Amino acid sequence: MDLSSPTTAGAQAMTVRRVRAGDIADVIALDERVTGLAKPDYWHDVFARYGERRLDERFFLVAEPAGANGRPSILGFIIGEVRAWEFGSAPCGWVFALSVEPRARLHGVGRALFEAISAEFAKAGVGKMRTMVARDNRLHLMFFRSEGMMAGPYIQLEKELD
Amino acid sequence: MNLQISSRLAVFALLELAARPDRQVSVAEIGEKYGISSHHLAKVMRALSRAGLVRSVRGAGGGYQFSGNPRRTTLFDVIGLFENPGPANARAGMAERTAAARALRELLGEIDDIARATLGSVTIATMLKLVERQRAPGRRTAAAGP
Repeated sequence: MDLSSPTTAGAQAMTVRRVRAGDIADVIALDERVTGLAKPDYWHDVFARYGERRLDERFFLVAEPAGANGRPSILGFIIGEVRAWEFGSAPCGWVFALSVEPRARLHGVGRALFEAISAEFAKAGVGKMRTMVARDNRLHLMFFRSEGMMAGPYIQLEKELD
Repeated sequence: MNLQISSRLAVFALLELAARPDRQVSVAEIGEKYGISSHHLAKVMRALSRAGLVRSVRGAGGGYQFSGNPRRTTLFDVIGLFENPGPANARAGMAERTAAARALRELLGEIDDIARATLGSVTIATMLKLVERQRAPGRRTAAAGP
């Protein structure tokens, strides 16, 4: 299923669609540029789980330039799924990955991806979406708050294992 | 968490100006809306002006205009001009002498870290959206204004 609805946000016309196998090399490269870490095995596994299975509740979406010929580079991606009853939570949509090509930021790519996955969650029948962001990740915190997300009822706890 | 009155006034003033970026808004107009003295507000506006967040417009009908970037200026940036939104129980230069004091400081530090992350992630643009949500039908409380 492709969303394939071209959107124009700012100066960047783009299409948001489901990820395809041919995108994974671009996903790996984008993630490495942003994080500094190459994780090819991780992304192949993520594609297998979120790009090919249980697609009614798992969403791995990419944004690409509209009307691109050949094999376009992706502008960004967002990944999430409907999770139920973990941590006592009623079914809701969880976003666990979002990345936008640094050179393509501030042109509505993140918003287009966010709105696309929000629509998918709504179609899947959930009325709430959540994410988790590191306290020092100001970029993502500012973005999700600008999209209307507020602090939720959970506190993440952790412990070192000696 | 409570903010000092100057910090609150600064946030309110910036929201008023950023909501109408093409207009000049006077201190008297902001003071009347929020029920605060022009004298107190003028001090706040001078601090905001020194920080480059507002500029004064002289002459007849003069006032202030927002001169910051609403998508980059955060509540932490604004509040930090008037108070230190850092550890409430920090005593500069003094190490906690007991294990109990260190344990308590560590715990309170969690709260401070969350407060800083929250204030640092909410921009003026995002705050304006939150204000509009508060204005939505059915969201008004008895104490809420326009």
